[in-house]
Amino acid sequence: MALLEATNVTKRFGGLTAVDKMNFVLDQGQMVSIIGPNGAGKTTFFNTLTGIYRPEEGGIQFNGSKLIGHRPDQIASLGITRTFQNIRLFGSMTVIENILVGMHYRLKQNGITVLARSGSFKREEAEAHARAEEMMEFVGLQDVGNELASSLPYGGQRRVEIARALASQPMLLLLDEPTAGMNPHETSEAIALFRSIRDKLGITILLIEHDMHVVMEISERISVMDYGRKIAEGSPAEIRADARVIEAYLGRGAAAQLTFQEDSNGAAQS
Amino acid sequence: MLKDLKNRTASFLGPLLAATKKGRTPYYITIGALLISTLLVYLNPLSVPAFLLFLLSVSLVYVMPLKRVFRIIAAAIIALVLVPVIGIRNIFYLEVIFQISIFAALALGLNIVVGFTGLLNMGYIAFYAVGAYLWAFFGSQQPFLLYSIPGTVPPGTPFLLNPNFFFLFLFLGAAVTAVVGILLGLPVLRVRGDYLAIVTLGFGELIRVLANNLDKPINLTNGPQGITRIQRPTIPTFVLDSWNTIFGPIVGRPIAEGEFYNLFFYVLALIVIMIVIFTVIRLDDSRIGRAWTAIREDELAASAMGIPVVRYKLAAFAVAASFAGVMGVLFASSRIFVNPESFDFMQSIAVLSMVILGGLGSIPGAILGAAVVVILNLQILQGLSLWLSSLRQSDAVIPLINFPFSSISAQLDPAKYQRMLFGLILILMMIYRPEGLIPAKRRRREMLAKKKEIELEITDTKPAIESEAEHGAA
Repeated sequence: MALLEATNVTKRFGGLTAVDKMNFVLDQGQMVSIIGPNGAGKTTFFNTLTGIYRPEEGGIQFNGSKLIGHRPDQIASLGITRTFQNIRLFGSMTVIENILVGMHYRLKQNGITVLARSGSFKREEAEAHARAEEMMEFVGLQDVGNELASSLPYGGQRRVEIARALASQPMLLLLDEPTAGMNPHETSEAIALFRSIRDKLGITILLIEHDMHVVMEISERISVMDYGRKIAEGSPAEIRADARVIEAYLGRGAAAQLTFQEDSNGAAQS
Repeated sequence: MLKDLKNRTASFLGPLLAATKKGRTPYYITIGALLISTLLVYLNPLSVPAFLLFLLSVSLVYVMPLKRVFRIIAAAIIALVLVPVIGIRNIFYLEVIFQISIFAALALGLNIVVGFTGLLNMGYIAFYAVGAYLWAFFGSQQPFLLYSIPGTVPPGTPFLLNPNFFFLFLFLGAAVTAVVGILLGLPVLRVRGDYLAIVTLGFGELIRVLANNLDKPINLTNGPQGITRIQRPTIPTFVLDSWNTIFGPIVGRPIAEGEFYNLFFYVLALIVIMIVIFTVIRLDDSRIGRAWTAIREDELAASAMGIPVVRYKLAAFAVAASFAGVMGVLFASSRIFVNPESFDFMQSIAVLSMVILGGLGSIPGAILGAAVVVILNLQILQGLSLWLSSLRQSDAVIPLINFPFSSISAQLDPAKYQRMLFGLILILMMIYRPEGLIPAKRRRREMLAKKKEIELEITDTKPAIESEAEHGAA
């Protein structure tokens, strides 16, 4: 059974249809990318999945429950967490605190046990701290637990954001342009990290990405969006050869020329 | 120039300060300062500088590097022996400390909403009013005066409740105002930022105007005249007697019940403020406090991380409101009188400026802010006013220019410039020390990080310029 199934999802902003009858299926354990030109509706689609926007039409099923009408925090507690296109860390909190916030709904202490500093409170806090340290190690951050999140370099902040999203032990992780602004070295480290998230933690990953090296290297399946619609779907090789995709990226003339030359390698990269 | 001066004073003060922190020196300094200042206040009960010196030496207990046990013992002795003794020597000091406690609790409550959660609440004093009017209504004859003309009390009107219900109402006040906080929050918390400030401002005024006008059609609040003869709990005679036998010789005279009430409310306020501090510290260092801070930092990201934002905002409102509610009950009973004037907009602003002055999100900061503002209000400005008026009545003249003090206009009375001084302090704070007098730990780190960043940028650009220059030369 599919882990995530979106059917006919439509999101409009006034006259603009940002996501148009989007159908999307994601199986457990997959690593799938959504690509498309700027303004294609990728992030808007993410926002409808995570409850930030409520779509006008369509339905979203996740792990047997309907997502539409749920608040973002409810969706997070169902097992979908995400990172943001422009990093959104809690800047004045430390790295550890950021990750602890990610664990929020996994922690069960209420006002009374917090005020009483009960045994269960102390145990849970200690466990949470230990788990946060583990999470930091997993994403490759060392000795920065007590640093302010905003004081970290860009790549470090990306890692903290991923650690924060992983802290709640989600089933599905949504990454919105996770390698944007990274240098090639950082990018290859990020790719290794995504693989280990999927393989070691067993978390399904859906990512929006512009870097075609990354997309082609790690995706098992790629969905291409343009003008709010899904225009193509398939394996990396299929997408490379798809005329509609090339057209969306490069325009009709270039697409005709490229398909004629059957040179599909460089097309999507630029 | 200025930096040079700063460096020079630092090089001079640095070793001196370091010396005060070595070995047992801090203990000697703290004990010595406390003893001397207590003696000074004891001998000159009317001297404002002596009292300020006393408060400063009290703050040493917090500032100096002392052992925890010593701190606790010192604080207990100060709170239970020194302050009562000098407070009976001059009852006004007890009033000052009582007001500091009340406003410190309010500031700590508002700090949760504004400092931790980042919701600007401009009508916070309304919760204080709700608490005060709650006991004012049930603790007076008001329930039997619903249909009488406002301001008149028919002879023989009984009280509704036994005065000792006051203690129950301390808890009830907290509960009721927490519910009011939630009820206000439900519709209000859907608006954000500036809009929230405006809506809460409206709520604050609403409560005050209700208190002002609910003498008709049913006389609930007695209107602008306020409710009076609010009951105080009864004090058992043996408590008063034992106080007099122990402390009577030290203070120099036995005290009557009326004076003892000042002590009683002082101790009660102290207990409440302890509970408030305890609550705030523990909440802050837990998933609840982290959720509040996360909401302040980035609401959208917080909700995407699984934090039910509205519920946590409501919790912040409710906790903050309950602090104000308890203190309201205490205030009403200690004054035996409440009227709408005590809860006007300026009071909300005063509490807000205490929080900002002390440092947003900082617990010791909120307390210090409350202390500074109350002392400024009740002690320094009024002390200056008294001094000026005594000069005005004397024949003294300003030497060189031969200007008689008696012709100084009464408009120059410092007490009249209270608000202006507040404004000035806030402006200067925002420019020179935006993180507050005692910055919150988080904010302190933040400011430090910013500083580091700037320094890094400076050192970063230097080599770049140099290498460019080299490049040009080559």
